[in-house]
Amino acid sequence: MLRENNRHFKFDWITIILFLLIVAFGYLNILSASHSSEIINYFDISEPYGKQLVFILLTFVIIILLLGIDAKFYERFSSVIFIVSMVSLVGLFLFGKNVNGATSWYAIGGMTLQPSEFAKAATALAVAKYISDLNTDINRLKDQLRIFAIIVTPALLVLLQNDTGSTIVYGAFFFVLYREGLPKYYLIIGISMLIIAIGALKLGPIITSIFAGVLIIAYRLKNKKKITILQSIFLIILSVGLSFGIKFFYEYVLKPHQQDRISLWLRLEKDPVKLEQMKKTFAYNLNESEKAIGSGGFTGKGFMEGTRTTGKFVPEQHTDYIFSTVGEEWGFLGCTLVVILFVLLLLRILHLAELQKSQFSRIYGYGVASIIFIHFFINIGMVMGLIPTIGIPLPMFSYGGSGLWAFTILIFIFIKLDSNRINEW
Amino acid sequence: MRQFLLFGSVVLVGLLFISRLFYLQIYSFDGQNLFEDNAIKPVYDYPKRGFVYDRNGELLVSNQPSYDVMVIPRDVKEFDIEEFCNLLKVDTSYYSKRLKRAKIYSPRLPSVFLSHVSKEDYAVLQEKMRKFEGFYIQKRSLRLYQRSIGANVLGDIGEVNQRTLKKEPYYKMGDLKGKQGVEASYEKTLRGVKGIKFIQKDRFNRNIGPYKEGKFDTLPQQGKDIHITIDADLQEYGELLMQNKRGGVIAIEPSSGEILAMVAAPTYDPNLLVGRERSKNFTKLYYDTISKPLFNRSLKGEYEPGSPFKLMNALIGLQEGVLTPEERVTCYAGYKYGNRFMKCHCYRGRRNNMISGIQESCNAYFATAYRKILDKNGNASEGVNTWSKHAKSFGLGAYLNNDLFVGAKGRIPNRNYYKHLYPKTFYSTYTISNAIGQGEVSTTPIQLANMAAAIANRGYYFTPHIIKSVEDDTIPKRFTERKYTTIDKEHFEPVIEGMFQVYKRGTAKSLQVKDIDICGKTGTVENFAIIDSIRTQLTDHSIFVAFAPKDNPKIALAVFVENGYWGSRFAGKVASLMIEKHIKGYTTRKDLEDWLLRHTLEDEYAKPYSGEPFRINGQTRFQLVDEQEYKRLRKHLRRIEKEN
Repeated sequence: MLRENNRHFKFDWITIILFLLIVAFGYLNILSASHSSEIINYFDISEPYGKQLVFILLTFVIIILLLGIDAKFYERFSSVIFIVSMVSLVGLFLFGKNVNGATSWYAIGGMTLQPSEFAKAATALAVAKYISDLNTDINRLKDQLRIFAIIVTPALLVLLQNDTGSTIVYGAFFFVLYREGLPKYYLIIGISMLIIAIGALKLGPIITSIFAGVLIIAYRLKNKKKITILQSIFLIILSVGLSFGIKFFYEYVLKPHQQDRISLWLRLEKDPVKLEQMKKTFAYNLNESEKAIGSGGFTGKGFMEGTRTTGKFVPEQHTDYIFSTVGEEWGFLGCTLVVILFVLLLLRILHLAELQKSQFSRIYGYGVASIIFIHFFINIGMVMGLIPTIGIPLPMFSYGGSGLWAFTILIFIFIKLDSNRINEW
Repeated sequence: MRQFLLFGSVVLVGLLFISRLFYLQIYSFDGQNLFEDNAIKPVYDYPKRGFVYDRNGELLVSNQPSYDVMVIPRDVKEFDIEEFCNLLKVDTSYYSKRLKRAKIYSPRLPSVFLSHVSKEDYAVLQEKMRKFEGFYIQKRSLRLYQRSIGANVLGDIGEVNQRTLKKEPYYKMGDLKGKQGVEASYEKTLRGVKGIKFIQKDRFNRNIGPYKEGKFDTLPQQGKDIHITIDADLQEYGELLMQNKRGGVIAIEPSSGEILAMVAAPTYDPNLLVGRERSKNFTKLYYDTISKPLFNRSLKGEYEPGSPFKLMNALIGLQEGVLTPEERVTCYAGYKYGNRFMKCHCYRGRRNNMISGIQESCNAYFATAYRKILDKNGNASEGVNTWSKHAKSFGLGAYLNNDLFVGAKGRIPNRNYYKHLYPKTFYSTYTISNAIGQGEVSTTPIQLANMAAAIANRGYYFTPHIIKSVEDDTIPKRFTERKYTTIDKEHFEPVIEGMFQVYKRGTAKSLQVKDIDICGKTGTVENFAIIDSIRTQLTDHSIFVAFAPKDNPKIALAVFVENGYWGSRFAGKVASLMIEKHIKGYTTRKDLEDWLLRHTLEDEYAKPYSGEPFRINGQTRFQLVDEQEYKRLRKHLRRIEKEN
């Protein structure tokens, strides 16, 4: 292979090019969504597009640094990196800056840093390190609990800082664990719980319980050897309990604004007057974002020509709602391009991960793909109204220095590890 | 296989997103419409509405500014409310009521606080307005009718309704549009085209400059001025003569088809439908279902034409060769057919030829003529179709395809029309009433006037129209080309001679005007109304058609006075006077003038609604107007005379 002979080609250029394309296209859309006057000064750092350009330029410094460090460093120091990262999260409770109700930022000079973004990469390293340890057996409950502890620690810390979106991202590690041999029943239980939860809210707990009961009994009648009567009764009690529990949780534990988001997502609200009311209040963003995307049509209105973008109809458009700018100005073609770029990047990373000889690199690669995938799924799904509103950015695409750098670190550590796979340790 | 969970999820999510994008951007895409885009606000620039002049260049309709006091509730600051209300001449309860209503509509958008402030009040207000924050004055343009005439001719403008908004996207909420008359039929010419500026807005509804530097903006096109064919003086004179009567007068210039006057009585002052009182006045006029002032009787009133239609039968008879002008018919004070009898007021045994038949309006003569026409080939079915075809060539029984906003078809029956009534046998006697213009025949005054014009022209007419000229534009060809009737030129002379004799020694000899050879024909039409579900006969309608002078005609007209009894009693007088007025410019028959001003038909119109039994025709008496009304009308007449 070329890259074995030529040191310039030892990095996976496909991944790098996909990464650069996403960043560049993201920058164009941030420029369109955030400029407020006709005159554009590209390096005006009082404007988001100016800052983003600076962030992007600094990214190249980070990339050079990351690729320059010895690949073994990342494995050896993964525990240290994780601990430092956790400390930085804890430090937020003392020194954090509150923005929009979340205490997720450190203010350094005129800049803000969001450690929770970097914590994702640190956790991916730590998980890879722990699972790849020869003493670890993922089928052993004790080790499972330890792995969960590594994942839940940062998740809990960001939840306490009121950053629900980032907490959900840690769910991504399920894909990693499953790949590495987590017993199948976790997957079955997880999917069943999800179905029961949605069923309980949409159809009501009684119908859901009956459905679950009938299915379990039918399963028991067909496969008498696999499941005992006691087990099936236990399962039925569990699903009935879960469906009523979810309903109770929705009605009495969730805050009204969370209830509203779920009720909008599952189309539980039928009253048109109330729906109109929703569109004006908490669903305003979503409504405007869907309208902006829809108004783009097949080819879009053209770069910097979006009327809704120019009129700043979609709040937070350059951050979480950046995809609506793509929709309005670049249309179906542009949006499909973005989706395809992300899908290709993810498949490429997964493909490379499977090629790794070292278990650490493979697990880490899986972690990278899982984290990017969850962001991609939740962000675009939310902007198009497919899933409830959860505020997380589109990786490498949305405005924000911490996010961009964190994803750069996440991806380029993997590229470095990958470049090293032929040099055995 | 475990690696396929994430792999598969990625591919699935990608496909899911692309299909959702397809749904949002292609399936539900409804085009990029600047008017639908709520980030773009179109601002309209209204052009000046065109003026309307009469045939002599006299200005009839122009524009006047009107001032509305607008309020933006959010911006209202504290001030001396009492002083403000005194300035606007409203009370404080009005102030709080309107402000509350405006707040409900929108605290941020302007609402009308007080509409149509007078020019004088505006002058005072303008200086003090800055003291009252949140209020400002907006100028609008309204119509100004220079003379209180021709409400039915000129029409009015009003805000577009929901139906128009849906049907014609040019109009936006609150736009003004011609509703009746010339304002409606020449709406597009008069209104011009409004200009549009597209303004880019942000989500707080603030303007942030023109959209794409005004690339899509358009400039307004000014409305064009038009001249109409109406002679304002003749129109005013006709309206005066028709006061306290109901009916219509249509006068046409035969050599061009131009409508000289179009009177519908009762009428109203067109300025009633302008400004603050518009909707109140409109409702009042609209709900007057007894005298129906908004109903244009000269265009939409379908009546049996009565005796003037005998002219048509005479012409058809000559054309079909079943009559000669000299042929005489004996009148037995009526006409006997089968075991039925049609009365006539000729003396028994009088032998009429065509000229004296027209002159005396002999029913027997025309019943004979009608039967001869229908029975020409021994087949009345064929005969009635031929007869119908000839009559229709005069523009009867169909819309005239003119430029008037309303109209009615009237009816000239043919065999097909009778197929349900007489499915098998059909004899000429079945429809004998058509001989004297009753029965199934019906016409509108404008159709009758057009018939008179076609007779005056000896065989052709121009489509009657109201447009004289449009500022730098030509009038449509359909108004300038001759429409020939199916009657040959030579057959008109005996009929015209008969009409001339009507004035010389016939039914209208009392209406002669010095130095003008008038040709006319009286009509007296029986009519019925349903009162308490009983068909009751009312006093006959008085009808008159005429043209003058006999050679080189200048005016042809039809006059219709509801329940005026015989033709020369009301309608003939109006016709004679209007002919004299048009040809000489002044009138000499002051006796007729005075008679018309003095007499009213209000008691006739009240009869069917009185709920009491009443008498008709010969058993009625003349009703005079009261002295005060008479003085008012005289004064008006003197003013008209002085102006000329």
